[in-house]
Amino acid sequence: MQSDAFHLGPLADPGECHGPIDLAGTPASTARAWLRKLIEIRCAEEKIGDEFGRAVIKCPCHLVIGQEAPAVGVAAHIRDGDRVFGAHRSHAHFLALGGSLHHLLAEVLGKDTGCSRGMGGSMHLLDRAHNFHGSVPIVGATVPIATGAALAAKMDGNGAVAVSYLGDGATEEGVFHESLNFASVFKLPVLYVVENNLFSSHLHISLRQPFDSECRHAEAHGVAWQRVDGNDTVAMAAAAGRAIAAARAGQGPQLIEAVTYRWRGHVGHREDNDVGVQRKEGLAEWKKRDPVARLAAAMVAAGQMAETGVAAITVEYRAAVEAAWVQACADPYPSAAALIERVYSTGRAS
Amino acid sequence: MTDYGQALREGFAYLLKNHPECFTIGQGLWSPWYVGHSMTDLDKEFGRERVIDTPVSELATTGAAVGAALSGKRPIVIHPRVDFFLLAVDQLVNQAAKWRHMFGGQVDVPVVVRAIINRGGEQGAQHSQALHSWFAHVPGLRVVMPSTPADARDLLIAASLGCDPVLFIDDRWLYEQKAELPPVNPALRLAEVKPRIDIEGTDLTLVGCSYSAHLCRLAAAELKTHGISAEVVDLRVINPLDRTVVAGSVRKTGRLLAVDGDWSTCGMAGEIIASVCECVPPGSLKASPRRLTLPDAPAPTSKPLEKAYYFHAEEVVAAAQEILGRK
Ligand SMILES: Cc1ncc(C[n+]2csc(CCOP(=O)(O)OP(=O)(O)O)c2C)c(N)n1
Ligand SMILES: [Mg+2]
Repeated sequence: MQSDAFHLGPLADPGECHGPIDLAGTPASTARAWLRKLIEIRCAEEKIGDEFGRAVIKCPCHLVIGQEAPAVGVAAHIRDGDRVFGAHRSHAHFLALGGSLHHLLAEVLGKDTGCSRGMGGSMHLLDRAHNFHGSVPIVGATVPIATGAALAAKMDGNGAVAVSYLGDGATEEGVFHESLNFASVFKLPVLYVVENNLFSSHLHISLRQPFDSECRHAEAHGVAWQRVDGNDTVAMAAAAGRAIAAARAGQGPQLIEAVTYRWRGHVGHREDNDVGVQRKEGLAEWKKRDPVARLAAAMVAAGQMAETGVAAITVEYRAAVEAAWVQACADPYPSAAALIERVYSTGRAS
Repeated sequence: MTDYGQALREGFAYLLKNHPECFTIGQGLWSPWYVGHSMTDLDKEFGRERVIDTPVSELATTGAAVGAALSGKRPIVIHPRVDFFLLAVDQLVNQAAKWRHMFGGQVDVPVVVRAIINRGGEQGAQHSQALHSWFAHVPGLRVVMPSTPADARDLLIAASLGCDPVLFIDDRWLYEQKAELPPVNPALRLAEVKPRIDIEGTDLTLVGCSYSAHLCRLAAAELKTHGISAEVVDLRVINPLDRTVVAGSVRKTGRLLAVDGDWSTCGMAGEIIASVCECVPPGSLKASPRRLTLPDAPAPTSKPLEKAYYFHAEEVVAAAQEILGRK
């Protein structure tokens, strides 16, 4: 364990961590797969932002641009039977696990072909085929739910883990602390991934908490913790690998604090402008900690990829996103009857 | 003319200016957009010690306000959505609402919780709820649902200057409604605020609160063009509920349509109908009372489903015409 569970230190300084990341022996094929995933997410989010700006997409969208890496690093260690839960900013969590672009875009448009059959929009995503068991916008709500999934996994003794993605703001809800205590006392196989982007809506963490690192809560509850540069995909994957292996091995709950930053406003498409709230402290600096560019630079330096690699993958994913978008736009909305039919089970058990 | 959002702001400014023991606390109070234009720049005018933006901690924030209210302050807690307020319900329902009674009537709890109904815009199931009838169920908790700019300002002031916990629910769909505001009446007591007959009529009674009262007024104007004279009652305060005004109106008109922007079962509209049935003489109703409420489903996000989900003045008109057999 690191000694200081209270302070982010240099990780909170936007002037740090600009260079290529350390590939740490990551095989070229793995690095390439992660880079492709990062770019897929970014292309999808840019498209959603554009269409939100054009008011074609109407539901509130919390874009993840700039903080794609934690989702990709964690997804690398999820296997069937695990249960992952997200929150309001979960497009990356969904896509990183293998969720389809078409299902996401259709959901955001409220189409019957969406991942939640058009009933939830951007803030309510589900993809059980890829172990994603739900994201919801009530802050902190999925923290105890993931904890409960871990309780069930422990009862089943099947080696599965649960993952709870949350933000720094969500640690201010009492239920986060109750959940960590609960998971710790029952030694549950759950991983809490706190994506600390230093902001909750319009408020910087310094206006909301006495210390800027959330690891202190893990320390207090006897939960094993790691703090990671959340814009370093390789470091994220390594930390997630260790935490998930420990949880599977019965060593109890784990917490990873992924230090990152969002490039867009809290909700919607605008850059560094959250309906009038300007984030003064250097978005330009934070952009130099770009998870895509830093992984790509490391791969180029290692001779794993040509300089033009990112551009080529981006062209490919822009086309894929565009094709999914066209399909989603042409898809039908849910039938009027769905409003009532989907309230209660129609199965025989009820 | 002052719109509903500005009227709320005037209410806050009046309290903060004239009552040093008043303060406001909740999420988004230092943000220009979180609560619409209902609290714009109050922090700049009155300082961030009395206009407090908080961590994402609804339960602690609300409990702290209850504690401050027990300690000489008059806090107003802001929850930008009713849905988020649900995380804090213990402090209002188990604590504040019971405090006076369970301690022998000796203690005042002058706390106001303001929760905002903020629906539509494809926001879906967890960002759309009203739930006011849940809270109107609770003895000891005054529940205020203003539908006009004047009531928004004046009932907020009366709520804060009273002695009991109050849940004040306003609806973002009302924020652009405009009216001339009379001067503030500092002597207004919430206990004296009765339902108000906004429009007099003889053929049927339309009852609502908050945005539903607004729809009733729009519908009455439309019904008039069809030769139907509708009386409109705005409930204003739904707990404790004064039943006399609605009952008096229905005794006159013989017909009742209760309109409520929430679900039907165990809701306000059903409460109004039951109350009227208890109060009017048997045989005096000319038609079965009816209610117009949301479909029994969570709010959807999908555009066509959302369109079907919320009703408008035309549905109120149609239901009224059905009661009168004019359809
Ligand atoms: C219970 C509850 N309170 C408040 C909100 C409003 N809200 C939505 S997202 C958010 C910020 C949460 O910040 P964080 O957890 O750090 O996530 P981030 O937006 O930074 O990804 C807030 C306050 C909410 N949705 N639910
Ligand atoms: Mg955050």
